[in-house]
Amino acid sequence: MTFIQLQNVSVEFPVFNPPSRSLKNRVLSIATGGKIERKSDRLVIVSSLDDVSLTLREGDRVGLVGHNGSGKTTLLQVLSGIYSPTRGEAIINGTCTSLINISLGIDPDVTGYENIRLRAAMMGMSPREISAKLEEIAEFTGLGDFLDMPFRIYSSGMQLRLAFATSTAVRPEILIMDEWLSTGDEDFRERANQRMTELVDSTKILVLASYERNLLTNNCNRVIWLDHGKVRMDSSPEEVLPAYFGSA
Amino acid sequence: MTSEAISLNPPRSETIRAMNKSGVRVALADIIESFSKWRVAFIFGWQDIAQRYRRSRLGAFWLTLSMLVFIGAIGSVFGALFRASMAEFLPYLCASIITWNFLSTTLNEGCNTFVGSQGIILQVRMPLFMHVIRMMWRNMIILAHNIIIFPLVVLVVGGSIEWTAILAVPGLVLLCLNLSWMSLGFALICTRFRDMTQVVANLLQVMFYFTPVMWMTKTLPDHVSSLMYQLNPLYHLIQLIRAPLLGQNPDALSWIVALGTAVAGWAWALVFFGKYRWRVAYWI
Repeated sequence: MTFIQLQNVSVEFPVFNPPSRSLKNRVLSIATGGKIERKSDRLVIVSSLDDVSLTLREGDRVGLVGHNGSGKTTLLQVLSGIYSPTRGEAIINGTCTSLINISLGIDPDVTGYENIRLRAAMMGMSPREISAKLEEIAEFTGLGDFLDMPFRIYSSGMQLRLAFATSTAVRPEILIMDEWLSTGDEDFRERANQRMTELVDSTKILVLASYERNLLTNNCNRVIWLDHGKVRMDSSPEEVLPAYFGSA
Repeated sequence: MTSEAISLNPPRSETIRAMNKSGVRVALADIIESFSKWRVAFIFGWQDIAQRYRRSRLGAFWLTLSMLVFIGAIGSVFGALFRASMAEFLPYLCASIITWNFLSTTLNEGCNTFVGSQGIILQVRMPLFMHVIRMMWRNMIILAHNIIIFPLVVLVVGGSIEWTAILAVPGLVLLCLNLSWMSLGFALICTRFRDMTQVVANLLQVMFYFTPVMWMTKTLPDHVSSLMYQLNPLYHLIQLIRAPLLGQNPDALSWIVALGTAVAGWAWALVFFGKYRWRVAYWI
């Protein structure tokens, strides 16, 4: 059973080199970003998530909306198990992959094939899994003989193709994304979109942070609106999207 | 992708429960998971070395060569200063410097383990001790390149390697056990207090002169007590590798000290790591 449960989760970051003293003894609530709170002379606490409670079950396709600094990325990181909440409790039950930086692990100086292996290892694939998927990934990149060349000589589009093809070869139960991955020229973009859809369909829980209304309408059956680290709305896309984007 | 591909992903249970986000069990779980992912640590540890020497003809053997040059230079200067016989001093210096180099680089890099891996730590959920394994593996590869010099030096001065050299293997295991808890502790402390990295670097610099690495214990003047090095755990750690290589049995005291610090150190590290593991992502 795959599920995610957050109970009264708060995430507060200590900032060890506090900015100007004008902030002293003031609690600010500003348009972007979380709350900045000055605990003492030396320690500043930035509250990124504030008392968030959520339960995600199998079949949930969750869209995450909110302004810059509303806590979307932090929430994604809590859901990926990177941050343990400072207060509250997070239970994440299931294998989880976050496609936030799809190039993590890549070494520009080695060949494309080597990089597929490196990237796949970074995503937690076992050598057996990697060997089983290597050909399929290589074929999908469409890079042919270039895969035997060092990664650094690739054009940026080709580099993205390789990172994309490898990163989307996983099949996690929980998939976490910051914006939809789309890349490459016309032909590749179409194939990439198809592959993304396949990946998304195969996962039990999807969490997708995005600013694109169409994307959220097409992929999500639930939308959460974060505002200053709190859940402002959590309902169907039909209800939340017009409220957030305006009814146009 | 087909259903076949799906079945290739074995169900991994990566349940994260925040209710016990700290405690010795969390530390143990992290370390056990790190060892189950040793492949990732080894692949990227190896990659670290490969990256440094790519497109160079000698590759990682530059490590060996630089060490050889260093030992040759230091050996001739200090050998003359100490009026030592080269047949004795050069192998001693070689075993010393190589072991010390391993020890000090590991501890120095230990301080930066988490800070240097922040890209990974903030993007992928991985056990944190894995970064320590990666760092130690990288330094063991360097050690393996450096140790080649030792038989060469022994050959040049016309000495021989005794069977006792085998004892350097358990010595190395004990040394690594000690270095790993120290690195883990330093990694945690230096992530929170960045100044500590410099403090550790300076301390190691000082210890290099206080520990018999370049100088031999027998060259100490009579009025200096042997406590000067007997009280120094680093001396005992070095001895466990150096003495066997030079055909001597390390003192029982060295084994006892190394074992004692390993046990006590790990006990402390488990508690400390358990308590602060979850804070690392926040401190980075």
